[in-house]
Amino acid sequence: MNSPGGNTPAHKASAGAPRITQPRKLEAGRRSEHPPKLLHNLPPGQAAKEMVHVSATPVLALRGVSKRFGAVQALTDVELEVHAGEVVALVGDNGAGKSTLVKTIAGVHPIDEGVIEWEGKAVQVNKPHDAQNLGIATVYQDLALCDNIDVVGNLYLGREVRRRGVLDEVEMERRSRELLDQLSIRIPSVRIPIASLSGGQRQTVAIARSMLGEPKLVILDEPTAALGVEQTAQVLDLVERLRERGHAVILISHNMADVKAVADKVAVLRLGRNNGVFEVKSTSQEEIISAITGATDNAVTRRAARTNGEIKK
Amino acid sequence: MSIDKTSTPPEDNVVENPEAARGSDVAVDPRLLVREQGLAGYVTEFKRKIKAGDLGSMPVVIGLVIIWIIFQSLNSNFLTAGNLSDISVAMVGTGMIAVGIVFVLLLGEIDLSVGSLSGVAGATFAVLNITHGMNEVLAFVLAILTGTVAGAIQGFFFAKIGVPAFAVTLAGLLFWNGFMLKILGDNGTINLNSDGLVAKLTSYYFSDVAAAYGLAVAVTVLYFLSAFFGNKRREAAGVPSKPLSETILRTVLLAVVSFAVAIVFNQYKGLPLAVVIFVGVLVITDFVLRRTAYGRKVFALGGSVEASRRAGINVDMVRISVFAISGTFAALGGLFIASKIASANQGAGGGDLLMNAIAAAVIGGTSLFGGRGRTWNALLGVLVIVSIQYGLALEGIASPVQYMITGGVLLATVVIDAVTRKTQKTAGRA
Repeated sequence: MNSPGGNTPAHKASAGAPRITQPRKLEAGRRSEHPPKLLHNLPPGQAAKEMVHVSATPVLALRGVSKRFGAVQALTDVELEVHAGEVVALVGDNGAGKSTLVKTIAGVHPIDEGVIEWEGKAVQVNKPHDAQNLGIATVYQDLALCDNIDVVGNLYLGREVRRRGVLDEVEMERRSRELLDQLSIRIPSVRIPIASLSGGQRQTVAIARSMLGEPKLVILDEPTAALGVEQTAQVLDLVERLRERGHAVILISHNMADVKAVADKVAVLRLGRNNGVFEVKSTSQEEIISAITGATDNAVTRRAARTNGEIKK
Repeated sequence: MSIDKTSTPPEDNVVENPEAARGSDVAVDPRLLVREQGLAGYVTEFKRKIKAGDLGSMPVVIGLVIIWIIFQSLNSNFLTAGNLSDISVAMVGTGMIAVGIVFVLLLGEIDLSVGSLSGVAGATFAVLNITHGMNEVLAFVLAILTGTVAGAIQGFFFAKIGVPAFAVTLAGLLFWNGFMLKILGDNGTINLNSDGLVAKLTSYYFSDVAAAYGLAVAVTVLYFLSAFFGNKRREAAGVPSKPLSETILRTVLLAVVSFAVAIVFNQYKGLPLAVVIFVGVLVITDFVLRRTAYGRKVFALGGSVEASRRAGINVDMVRISVFAISGTFAALGGLFIASKIASANQGAGGGDLLMNAIAAAVIGGTSLFGGRGRTWNALLGVLVIVSIQYGLALEGIASPVQYMITGGVLLATVVIDAVTRKTQKTAGRA
């Protein structure tokens, strides 16, 4: 579950957040006392307003985000919240809008409607640079590493440490080892080209690289796709370590086993809309899958509709 | 490089950095690549590299030795101080152009205009200095800048408009050749002032024997000091460093080579200015490519353009600058070539110059596929090509055979490149 001590200095800011209609419960312990099975599962646009148990201001919150590409409505009124020290899995079928959603957060596609809140404040994310400045790091599926450059060079690509105008290889290597040690990443050497590493090792290097800017939110786009059993386990270990360090993590995955293994919450997208946010521990795989595939007429959704309706009145 | 513990065991160092030392212990993965200490470890590492197809400059060095042995056995005048000194001066023009080609090849691109651009530079200098009487330093600078600007323009069309570099520079090859013929005018050949700046580039020798030996000493000492203190810093920071024995071995090797070269030069006319400039250029370009953020960007682009873009590298600017560098070195090489024949003529920049420059970069070990290579490759490659030219000339063998042999050497090199890439792939180091 979410670490109560998750460093969210923005506790006070939550009160001033414009679109939050309900006062937040700030006690950290509260959530673990009453673990809500279903946070919300609602018609889009209302979900966030109905949230009851929230311990702190989320690092990132999307409120009614919509995105349109020409004739295609890729996202409609999407809501999403991620807290510090929390892993939120973003799942959905192909074309559900996962990648589009991630790209709006990463600043690749500016949103058309809605609000992106960062630590309780509405922010504009129009360029990848904006997202980076906020502290959002994205690891895309194609890892964007240079095969011919060694691990240290790749980790520091584009943000080289310099000493009197010259690359400070010693300092970069020292910091790289420190970082890799902290994350318990095992690679044969930090001075071999990326080409020599296995797929899983490359993935861990790519994730480690995103950690260099000390981001508050890390977005991982299918980090375990195309990895073997052992390597998948390595990456999942790494995701857990990110959570322990207090980073907020959004994990896109098609693999339910991975989601069940590391995520705290599962946000389901279907046809560009929210289709439920579930607590992983208390939700069965079948329930998540039915939400993904659209078989929403089940006990969970009926109950959700009923209880939510009562709250509204 | 691989993980190893420092072979020199400075106790105080361990006390100073207990965490760091422990950190490097922890980082050692039980799998592979753990290097033994000392010289034995170096030999093991070397054998492993050979097996993995990480040959580096070795094929070309071996090839060069074979070529020299063959020509020496054919004609005992080949390995004389005079001939070797002449080869060293003659290779500088093509070698300079090849340095620029190495930059372009690192991007995985090609620049076909360098031959024509070298001709333009020679003609520009001759026209400005001889025909218009401009100050020779100014004319020299303007001639170089012609190459820089021409290269940047081609780089612009490649980077911003997206025309393949092959096509842009092919157009450049024709355009700049026409430009050179145009500015040379009707008379076609302009002789350079034989005491002038450009003529001196290849005709001046530091006749004092102290010059060559002094340079050899300076190079060796500087190398040792930088390697030694670099390693000290690495030890202090707790990252793996090379064993002292390796540093000493490399220094001794460098000392042997540089003193052998100095002795050869001093037996003839002394240390050639052209060689000093060429080595200076190689040291500087190698430094820029391997020790600066700019060089890292060039390598990154050769590895993956998309990764570079996402890392925030201004891809277009790096591309334009690399073509500008290529044009600059083409111009510089053109001035050395003009200096050698003491004139600018209509044939300059034509013939086999372009192909020799590209071949030199590739023979030296620069990959055609981008992302691998060093500017020192240009020196080794051009040494092979010019050695073949001079060796065959001593035998009185005409240029058709020269072309065929150079072509054969180039093919052999590319085959070695392709085969080692395959080996490297299977060894996971491509």
